Amino acid sequence: MMWQRLLALIHKEFLALLKDPKSRMVLIVPPLIQLLVFGYAATFDLKQVPYAVYNEDRGAAARDLLAAFHGAPSFNQVAELHSEAEIAPLVDVRRVLVVIHIGPRFSADLVSGRPAQLQVIVDGRNSNTAIIGLNYVRSVVDRFNRDWLASQGLPGPPAQLVTRAWFNPNLESRWFFIPGIIGMLTLVVTMLVTALTVAREREQGTFDQLLVTPLRPGEILLGKTVPGFVIGIVQATLILLVATLWFKVPLLGSLAAFYTGLALFLLSGVGAGLLISSLSATQQQGLLGAFLFMVPAVILSGFATPIANMPEAVQMITLIDPLRYFLVILRKVFLEGAGFDVLIDQLWPMAVIGAVSLSLAAWLFRHRMY
Amino acid sequence: MTGERGGPDVRLRGGAGMRLRGLVRKEFLQIVRDPSSIAIAFLMPIFLLVLFGYGVSLDADHVPIALVAEAPSSDSADFTASLQGSHSFAPRTLATMAEAEQALRVGEVKGIIRLRADFSRQMRQSDGAPIQVIVDGVDANTARLVLGYAEGAWGSWLAGQTAQRGQTLSTPVAMESRIWFNSELRSRNYLVPGLVAIIMTLIGALLTALVMAREWERGTMEALMVTPASMTEVLLGKLVAYFILGTGGMLLTVGLSVWLFEVPLRGSFWVLWTCSSLFLLAALGMGLTISTLARSQFVAGQIAIIATFLPAFLLSGFIFDIGSMPAVVQAITHVIVARYFVAIVQTLFLAGDVWSVILPNALALAVMAAIFLTITWRKSRKRLE
Repeated sequence: MMWQRLLALIHKEFLALLKDPKSRMVLIVPPLIQLLVFGYAATFDLKQVPYAVYNEDRGAAARDLLAAFHGAPSFNQVAELHSEAEIAPLVDVRRVLVVIHIGPRFSADLVSGRPAQLQVIVDGRNSNTAIIGLNYVRSVVDRFNRDWLASQGLPGPPAQLVTRAWFNPNLESRWFFIPGIIGMLTLVVTMLVTALTVAREREQGTFDQLLVTPLRPGEILLGKTVPGFVIGIVQATLILLVATLWFKVPLLGSLAAFYTGLALFLLSGVGAGLLISSLSATQQQGLLGAFLFMVPAVILSGFATPIANMPEAVQMITLIDPLRYFLVILRKVFLEGAGFDVLIDQLWPMAVIGAVSLSLAAWLFRHRMY
Repeated sequence: MTGERGGPDVRLRGGAGMRLRGLVRKEFLQIVRDPSSIAIAFLMPIFLLVLFGYGVSLDADHVPIALVAEAPSSDSADFTASLQGSHSFAPRTLATMAEAEQALRVGEVKGIIRLRADFSRQMRQSDGAPIQVIVDGVDANTARLVLGYAEGAWGSWLAGQTAQRGQTLSTPVAMESRIWFNSELRSRNYLVPGLVAIIMTLIGALLTALVMAREWERGTMEALMVTPASMTEVLLGKLVAYFILGTGGMLLTVGLSVWLFEVPLRGSFWVLWTCSSLFLLAALGMGLTISTLARSQFVAGQIAIIATFLPAFLLSGFIFDIGSMPAVVQAITHVIVARYFVAIVQTLFLAGDVWSVILPNALALAVMAAIFLTITWRKSRKRLE
């Protein structure tokens, strides 16, 4: 009898979500399109540094150095300047990121053994891009220095850096971001499904009707949880397929670890969404609540800016952000092939968040009446 | 119905100003009645900007790294001192490579710097000694920063060595970098203006995403239709009311950026004001369009959740450089309203009134606003027939 009731309720919830063709569209198509677009958009790798050259030196050494930049695949020369005054207009409109300025005494200094100054002007408006651009310039200059020392028969520096990156040898930031996008989109889908449901029923008065049926709050909760959970699993699976088959992000870990993390994450996401929804009297309030939860949850999750860079107080706030834990799981499962032993610290906080928010939501069903 | 409406409209034109005032008043009454709109316009920008202004940073200070000097000597001590001196690293000295690798695997450190046992001996040979640097590549951006820091520390150590030995210089070309607009490379200086754009996109859309749908759903739109007010006036009434609210939110966020986060505002305030107004019209227009097309609050809310935040966050150039995206994705970013405003605020705050950046982007905002408002206007009118 109870199962029948419950099944009927779940059936009704699915209908409420999927009957309207617009709503059905919104749930399925945009997340997949967004994965494709965001997957390409989210990268810190500078494919090419657009640069300009202002060379006041006619010597061969300056020509050699410029040839090194010209030949580097990560540099793209946009302009050659003939006066100092031409620099500002180019940088201001962001046509170039870097201007390489070689003074008139460059070659002479180099040949006579004095340090030759190379001035590099960088557009610092986007500080991250500026740092990456500067690093690219530095590596070209380093190589030039080594070659020059060798060609002059001089001893090289007493020590060299030999660098290697674990888990992501080419330092492709896409590998870092695509697992993150899976988490973000899954969160958005659970918000879509849950944040407005109770609020809509409240606004339309059907929630009161639901409360006078023999259904207990726990059953209503279950009826509202299942659709979010099922749709979340389906969406995340589709997204996972695109991430591995289309973007070729390596999936080193086990699917069992992925789905365990996903299930707990969905539980906490659905819990947060239902909590917001049951707190709201109108859909407008539900929408506001959804944004007030979703936006900080994404921005402070460590998706693009590491949590370690945040001040202590903000780091504390991130402890109640389920996405924070899921992102760690996704990245570790995808790139490091981590198993359950490493992930346990990420799993239990999500379970706690889910349990607390779901029970609060169920309690609010009865205790927040208008 | 439409024919009849055309007539009285023309005759009553004298009362248009009064009707509009009445409609704006009605919107404000509705806003005050459900305080969530006030919260959206004033509390949300403060809350989000303060939270993110402090929370969002790409500047990695005191990155934990493991330092393995297999046979400590005066040479290796010189090098490790140069690491400990920089505020970029928080080095942890570990005895063996196995311990360091374990620390990297569990994420306690972001990198390892290893000086082999024969460091001193190799230093005196022609090839030089290798200094092994291993970074955790999962977060590629932080990994790259760590490599950059390591190179910086290595460079300053090298300079000290050369001076000490009075030898021929081992760095023939010395790089001197000048960073314009943001000399300390503080990521907050470019992230906070971008956050203003993101937050205002959300607020603009949130304010209006449900208003038209709500009127349709509750049947009050039909009630408005039988009044002498035309659909244009109804729309204008909503736009004016929410524009005033949005402007309040905008002033708050800009004020916080300048006073609390100390981002320099090098351009003129009035240019910022004008561009913000254009942007707000576009953002509100987007909300109204969603609301009009969806017709139900539930679907409008869903569209607002999926279509506003993540696209503005990822495709606006707020954090990911649009120039590095593939051409197709770059083309897609042109439909993102926030994109134009992010370009404007980053330049206005850090570089100043660079007209060649501001004018085309402001024009694009005006076009976007016009498109959204036209769609709303036409779709609402069609419903009358």
